[in-house]
Amino acid sequence: MEVTLRIKRYNPEIDEKPTFREYQVTVEKTDRVLDALNMVKWHDDGTLTYRRSCAHGICGSDAMRINGRNRLACKVLMGEVGDRVTIEPLLGFSVIKDLVVDMDSFFAGYRSIKPYLITHDENPATERRQTPAERERFDDTTKCILCASCTTACPITWTNEEFVGPAAIVNAHRFIYDSRDQGGRERLRILNQRSGVWRCRTVFNCTDACPRDIEITKAIEEVKRSLLTETY
Amino acid sequence: MSYHRYDAVIVGAGGAGLMTAIQMAGKANIAVVSKLYPPRSHTGAAQGGVAAALGNTEEDHWEWHMFDTVKGGDYLVDQDAAAILARDAIDAVYELEHMGLPFNRTPDGLIDQRRFGGHSRNFGEGPVRRACYAADRTGHMIIQTLYQQGIKHNVTFRDEEFLLDVLFSENGECCGVVTRELTTGEYHVLHAKAVMIATGGFGRMFKITSNAMAGTGDGVAIPYRRGVPVMDMEFYQFHPTGLYKLGILLSEAARGEGGILRNNEGEAFAARYAPTMKDLAPRDMVSRFIYEEVKAGRGIDGKDYVHLDLTHLPPEVIDAKLPDITDFARTYLNVEPKTQPVPIQPTAHYAMGGLPTDLDGRVLADASGNVIPGLYAAGESACVSVHGANRLGTNSLVDLIVFGRRAGRHMLKFVDDTSHPTMPANPDRPAREEIDEIVARPSGENAAEIRERLQDVMMDKVSVVRNAGGMNEALAEVESLRNAYKNVAIQDKGNIFNTDLTEALECGYMLDLAEALIIGALAREESRGAHYRTDFEKRDDSNWLAHTVVKMKGDKLELTKKPVTVTTFEPKERVY
Repeated sequence: MEVTLRIKRYNPEIDEKPTFREYQVTVEKTDRVLDALNMVKWHDDGTLTYRRSCAHGICGSDAMRINGRNRLACKVLMGEVGDRVTIEPLLGFSVIKDLVVDMDSFFAGYRSIKPYLITHDENPATERRQTPAERERFDDTTKCILCASCTTACPITWTNEEFVGPAAIVNAHRFIYDSRDQGGRERLRILNQRSGVWRCRTVFNCTDACPRDIEITKAIEEVKRSLLTETY
Repeated sequence: MSYHRYDAVIVGAGGAGLMTAIQMAGKANIAVVSKLYPPRSHTGAAQGGVAAALGNTEEDHWEWHMFDTVKGGDYLVDQDAAAILARDAIDAVYELEHMGLPFNRTPDGLIDQRRFGGHSRNFGEGPVRRACYAADRTGHMIIQTLYQQGIKHNVTFRDEEFLLDVLFSENGECCGVVTRELTTGEYHVLHAKAVMIATGGFGRMFKITSNAMAGTGDGVAIPYRRGVPVMDMEFYQFHPTGLYKLGILLSEAARGEGGILRNNEGEAFAARYAPTMKDLAPRDMVSRFIYEEVKAGRGIDGKDYVHLDLTHLPPEVIDAKLPDITDFARTYLNVEPKTQPVPIQPTAHYAMGGLPTDLDGRVLADASGNVIPGLYAAGESACVSVHGANRLGTNSLVDLIVFGRRAGRHMLKFVDDTSHPTMPANPDRPAREEIDEIVARPSGENAAEIRERLQDVMMDKVSVVRNAGGMNEALAEVESLRNAYKNVAIQDKGNIFNTDLTEALECGYMLDLAEALIIGALAREESRGAHYRTDFEKRDDSNWLAHTVVKMKGDKLELTKKPVTVTTFEPKERVY
């Protein structure tokens, strides 16, 4: 099928402000949007710039706005997006070039919630025990690939630079409810601050945007409930 | 250009690089360089599991794991290395658990284990549950957990920095690297006492591959151009179950959980070739079974693919243990694995070869085992050799954690005992000149077209089945592409995030590695493991129980043999 890609372009070395450019490509319905971008880059305009790596929705490199929604370009097929596709960088982060945004604040938010197992006891000689039910408790939030689709879909993050954002809360959740972890209180304290979970207005944009189908809003709600009901 | 001084620089932030970094964090001044953000590394795409003879669900012993590794590698494995791999795997898996890796659990709360191709009980009697796993995203959990540990230990990450050169002193010691920061285009010289290459594989030289687009072999090709040898390059693994046309991996765990391969007659054909292990025979063999079926006209609809049938598995097993890969089938092929068979074909997956190292990750200068001071390698970019002619499923993750850890510990001692070697004058000049020349060229060859031609010919002539005629054609094509590459031109002339440039450089790296691969494959006149030749169908232990070592000497390539270390298991015919 013949499609038109309408891509928001910005090269700070040349352009004063971003502009849309259109490219015509011939694709199969089963091609990924990433394949279409590659066709442009490899055979038409080598200056087109975007991040990509695994090309099957695992590495989290190619989150972008496709027809106004945050998607991974490698996880959306051309057959789903119509013959005129608008592609823009994620909102809320400054643009480095074309579809490449500055991820520094995103990773700073991730780091701020102490995203690593905290234990105070000696490690046992073999594995720590954890029942299948205890393991299941935090399974959903282990799936996060740090693509920033959720965080940049959240209207709160567009206007409030302090907010750690959904992805950071998802990763805090992954440890708070891990039966082996002993740092839950530290993380809950962090998330109880002005920059934390109370900024969330339960808009559900994050859940809609997640390419891994993580129930993000539910995870945030669980953290809120722990803050209200638990001593920490 | 800016200059930085570290004790050690680790290039690559996948499992091997991060495991190395964690050993050194807080004890030496280190930096981890990656052209991606670390959690984007391709370790994250590994699915099925990491093998260790924990014996959590049935009897198991590390000696059995060692035997399977040696036999799986068609006896080209160095057995001293395989012993370390199998023995240290146990501790390394516990270490991952202690770091927080969320393994699936048994009802008793132990790490759960499942079956995987080529892993057997009691030296080949039948399948054993040895793969420790976290659903079908074990690699994702490993990369996340190791990155988290890096954050915890305040590791210096130099994200989105592209490797351009590896530096050597006049005395031949490795003394650092040259990189370019993607966001600014700034050049950096990282002066170091030790450099770890952990940049992964180069599956992108093949048309159908499970590898990430970043898998272009940069860290292998650059030292190779500087005269460092590569070993066993001809052994390139094709994983039997790549998603049809796309090459996206569907884990062997699908067969470990009971999935069956079927031809166009619905026959479970693997049992005909491997009566004991059936669908769980090693990957090289299953890929060849598929090839034979297709050749005999039993591909689906007469085409070059077969079916992976999961329809008889309980739906809850699919949801709990294989959620991601079944999602791939739905997303990309619109196939529901619970009710429909999944079209699959072999996909270029893993380089058994790479930079030759000793048991501590030190890169070897030659076939006699002399080391290059300060240069280390681990993971897929290295060749210890624990995978020999064919890697067993799950052993790549074992390799990363076991040898990443050993190398890190050795590097720590090494940087403590050494001072910084003197760098060459103008260390960044060769890299800059190469880039300036490409950028300045007003027009010329398109790197993408060169790469596509490379991928076509490698897939066509140098993949699951090979012969001299085809490989000579491939070699001629690669030589002509290398010539074309000398005139490569790009459209993006800027400094900021110039991926037009980095893709061109990556293409150049793959061309050089492809040449080394074909040279090794042509020289090896036998069939062994993943290297199968129709003109030499038998394994030839009298001439080829040896590694190939290929070195660039000026314009010429020099190939020598290195003996295989055999300690415990005498080579036998490989039957499953």
